[in-house]
Amino acid sequence: MDISVDTGLLLAGILFLLGLFGVLMRRNLIFMLLSVEIMMNAAALAFVVGGAKWKNVDGQVMVLFILAVAAAEVAVGLALVIQMYKQFKTVDVKKMRKLKDE
Amino acid sequence: MMLAELIIILMLGGVIAWLAGKWSTVVSKWIALIAVLIDSIIFILFLAQHPEVLNQLGDKEDWLIDFHRDWIPQIGASFHLALDGLSLIMVALTLFLGVVAVLASWKEIKSRVGFHYFNILWLLAGILGVFLAMDLLLFYFFWEIMLIPMFFLLGIWGYERRKEASLKFFLFTQISGLFMLIAILGLYFVHGLNTGEYTFNYFALLDISISKQLGFWFMCGFLIAFLVKLPAFPFHSWLPDAHTHSPTAGSVILAGLMLKTAAYGLLRFVVPIFPEASQTIAPLMMLLGVAGILYGAKLTYAQDDFKRLIAFSSVSHMGFIVIGIFSFNVLAYQGTVMQMVAHGISTSALFVIAGAIKNRIGTRDMDKMGRFWEQMPGMGGITVVFVMASLGLPGLANFIAEFLVLVGVFQVSILWSVLATTGLIASMIYSLVILQKIFYGESHSKHKLKDFSIREYLIMTCFIVAIFWLGLFPQKVITTVKPVIQKIEQQAQIKFDYVEPKTKR
Amino acid sequence: MLNLLWLIPTLPLISFLILAFFGKKMGKFSGALGVISVGLSALITLIIGVEFLSSPPIGGVYEQTLWTWFDINGFAPEISLYLDPLGLIFTFVITFVGFLIHWYSTEYMDGDEGYSRFFAYMNLFVFSMLMLVLGNNLLLIYFGWEAVGLCSYLLIGFWYKEPYNNYAARKAFLITRVGDTAMLIGLFLLVKDFGTLNVQQILIQAPEVWSVGDSNVFWASLLLLAGAVGKSAQLPLQTWLPDAMAGPTPVCALIHAATMVTAGVFLIARMNVLFEMAPVVQHLVAIIGALTLIVAGLSAFAQNDIKKVLAYSTISQIGYMFLALGVGAWSAGIFHFMTHAFFKALLFLGAGAVILAMHHEQDMYKMGGLRKKIPVVYWTFLFGSAALAAIPIVTAGFYSKDKILFLSLASTKGNIWLWIAGFVGAFITALYTFRMVFITFFGKAKMDVEHRPKMSFKIPLIILGILSLIAGFIELPDVWGDFTLISDFLGGTLPVINIIPEMERWEILLQVITGVVVLIGVYITWQIYVKKRKESYAFEQSGLFNFFFKGWEFDWLYNTLVVAPAVWLSRIDQHDFIDRIYGGIGHLNLGLNKVFSRTQNGYLKIYLGGIAVGMIVALTIVLFL
Repeated sequence: MDISVDTGLLLAGILFLLGLFGVLMRRNLIFMLLSVEIMMNAAALAFVVGGAKWKNVDGQVMVLFILAVAAAEVAVGLALVIQMYKQFKTVDVKKMRKLKDE
Repeated sequence: MMLAELIIILMLGGVIAWLAGKWSTVVSKWIALIAVLIDSIIFILFLAQHPEVLNQLGDKEDWLIDFHRDWIPQIGASFHLALDGLSLIMVALTLFLGVVAVLASWKEIKSRVGFHYFNILWLLAGILGVFLAMDLLLFYFFWEIMLIPMFFLLGIWGYERRKEASLKFFLFTQISGLFMLIAILGLYFVHGLNTGEYTFNYFALLDISISKQLGFWFMCGFLIAFLVKLPAFPFHSWLPDAHTHSPTAGSVILAGLMLKTAAYGLLRFVVPIFPEASQTIAPLMMLLGVAGILYGAKLTYAQDDFKRLIAFSSVSHMGFIVIGIFSFNVLAYQGTVMQMVAHGISTSALFVIAGAIKNRIGTRDMDKMGRFWEQMPGMGGITVVFVMASLGLPGLANFIAEFLVLVGVFQVSILWSVLATTGLIASMIYSLVILQKIFYGESHSKHKLKDFSIREYLIMTCFIVAIFWLGLFPQKVITTVKPVIQKIEQQAQIKFDYVEPKTKR
Repeated sequence: MLNLLWLIPTLPLISFLILAFFGKKMGKFSGALGVISVGLSALITLIIGVEFLSSPPIGGVYEQTLWTWFDINGFAPEISLYLDPLGLIFTFVITFVGFLIHWYSTEYMDGDEGYSRFFAYMNLFVFSMLMLVLGNNLLLIYFGWEAVGLCSYLLIGFWYKEPYNNYAARKAFLITRVGDTAMLIGLFLLVKDFGTLNVQQILIQAPEVWSVGDSNVFWASLLLLAGAVGKSAQLPLQTWLPDAMAGPTPVCALIHAATMVTAGVFLIARMNVLFEMAPVVQHLVAIIGALTLIVAGLSAFAQNDIKKVLAYSTISQIGYMFLALGVGAWSAGIFHFMTHAFFKALLFLGAGAVILAMHHEQDMYKMGGLRKKIPVVYWTFLFGSAALAAIPIVTAGFYSKDKILFLSLASTKGNIWLWIAGFVGAFITALYTFRMVFITFFGKAKMDVEHRPKMSFKIPLIILGILSLIAGFIELPDVWGDFTLISDFLGGTLPVINIIPEMERWEILLQVITGVVVLIGVYITWQIYVKKRKESYAFEQSGLFNFFFKGWEFDWLYNTLVVAPAVWLSRIDQHDFIDRIYGGIGHLNLGLNKVFSRTQNGYLKIYLGGIAVGMIVALTIVLFL
């Protein structure tokens, strides 16, 4: 079975945009983290497609890296979410506006 | 060695005064006074040992003292101080006004006394450094040292809008100073590339060969720094705010000395290093100078605030320095130097008077004064002297200065000289306002006023003696700076055929 | 003995210094010190004058250099006293009349809180005026020139609590300063062309450096003339003198009648060669004098304040001196200066005595009938008035004014119009002088006399009264005999006048005409103000009279043209529009800060969106550009 590079990259692009819109639109921190994961997976898919195209294992190596980073990100990210929930009693980002310029 | 001593004693004195101020304000005051006095004594002793200095120095050698040590040899910067006639006059003025500034703040400053005297002494040290440094990096270093203590003096001990004033002062002088730094570095690299010798030495950079265009831009760098500090029209707007809200000592040093560093810089650096470029820009400078004289006078007349009035009058008087320097004429140069000294004395005296009144009635608003002569005839009589100095009455130092500048400029350009001369009428209008509103007329205050105290009389006596002495016997100053003036004038390469009258046409 | 010259100005200076420092504690002695110092100066002047006449120094000039003021490449003005006949006459008048006025002041200022301050200022004035007339170079003359201006300022505003006095003082200082500044520019021009300000060197070199009618000599003399016009209150800078009457009366007598206001005459006489070389300017001097004497004379006629009559009369009489200088009658101008100093000082001192007697009232219409009550004042005042009006034969004023009138027609530089102006002026002088005398001293008494003159009033008045009558005999008209002391004395210093030869026989006729006209003037005023005396006169209420009363509305003119715009300018721009520009930069930054801080609102998605958009923009640029 032969899948063209364009198709693979298109899928990766769609996934990335989905993730991006998720991050921008969702107000719940947990869902935003999920969306970030989707974006990472989109990047990983792009690497795999690239690796297949150039007959090179570097792409697959990068996927492994991304998996590791994603795992770390989830661990740290969720821990932060818990801390923030303790502070703000919510996971809604709209209510977290401490960075606003007074 | 003496030159370095002068600076180091002041810096050390400042630190000790600060430390002493933690437990006794009186000790701190005395330490400050003693430090300045020691400096003065060293200087006077030097003059006493070298009486030829004041009589006919320049014919033999130009530089009386040359003190040279390595500073940052890797980049060619050295700790190079030197004294010639011009520096000598300026150092004398600095020490004189330094003593006055310390005495003037004797009773006025009540909080953080130690730190106050630290700032005054370091300020004086910086100014001395500027007048003596013969290495451009060192000059810039001292130039910046002056800035910070002044900023604190304004910001901590100033009056109502002190924060705004100190910030304005800092921004103006700092930004303009950066242009000078660029120009200094430019000179440094051009000289290095040309000769292979990278140095900040003034004497090496003096005969730098540089393309016309580049030279013009480098000169502009220096010029901006000096014009802002002078201050010349239209860069003057920081000065009134700074003066209005500064304590007396700050005003004395600012008007008497800091403004003169700029005039000194123009004479020492701009004209000798960039003679051609100075010639090119001279017409514009004449315009700015005359505009400063007239516009400054107009603004002066409109003020109600006594200190602000004196500040604007300084803008007007500094215009004479600008036109004097850019006329490249010996008479005008002599006048310029005299104006530096005379304005330093007369304006400082007026600021001390303003401070004395402010301490007595708590305001600088002249509409709330009036008829002070009745209760303070001593102060009134002394004020008359300095008001007359400000309007250029012959017999006082300011007249010699303005006359020489104007007569010098007249040789070069009749138009500018005539326009500047009309400034004398304007100066009379605003100067008399001081007498009119404060000492004469209706009374607008119910205060019981005490005439000058002994300390204040002492300060004023020094001022009066100085201004009359310079007005009646200015020859000492003229002889002392003569060789420097002639050298600068030769460097500016304008021949001034003067002694011989024209033959009949 | 001539080497005592330096003492003449120094004595009043020392007295000034003592009074300035210790005056408060000296009480009555301050007056004595002031009088004695000037008296000693007068005495030394007398001694020097006698020696100067009996054994003249070489060249007719004595010069005493005290020190070199400064020396820059050969431009070296000295502090040096220069005594020549011209200077001697002025020095004599200043010290002698000054002494009498000082003496008089001890009584006039008695009890004033500023007693010692008054004498300090007066002594400073005498010093400054002496420096003016004795200076050997123009810079030193300028020193005296400005210093007398300062003293005039201080003395006009002597009673400083009254705002009007301060206004008058400032006006006087300022308007004369306008002239002074022009004069200073003239000095620059002289330095440029001669390289020196030494008067004698300039006068000697001038014919070599310039030729007659050169533009530079024109400008130099014109600028010097501007200085003279300001100081001597001639058109168009005359408006300060009537206001200067705000000062104490002895001040008006010394400064604003006898000495300072004639400094312009002195300056023109001093620089005579320049004016001779610029015929246009010299003619202008005559025209200014002629116009001024009529303008001021008519104004004098319309005044009710006795001091203002005298002020306008002073302007008018100095106009005569200018007229004389302008037609080349140099020594006649100086002669008139001398007689004028005597009789005008006398009139002011007399007016002062009247004012003190009348409870400080200066309006003549509130006086009257003083003839019997203060006879000494009346008689001396009458002598002075006679001299001012130039009553023929018996008064000093007749001889000096007659000479000017004759020469304004007879000189090669004169013409009929100048003579007519002077002639009409003489008639007006008689009118206003005797109007003043008749209103003040005749008619019914309206007030009691408060202050009766004592010795220190009477003696100066009598001495000056005698001088006003006899001082003219030292220079008699040619047709009366060859007795011309003043002209001979000044002959070496001032140029000789050229007279159209056939005019000489007309002199006696002109004298008769003028004398008759003056007497007619006196008769007319006698008819109006004594025979048909009223409280007020219809013609004095007329519009024209009011126009004269206000000094031809010059004040209004200057206020509208100069003062009002200047005040307006300073009011609209009190806070310096340049500062607004720098302030504008600051405000611009604050505004930008407001705009950009909008974006920092704390919404996470806006930040993220920003990052995303930025990425897209950056990528687009990288990929497609």
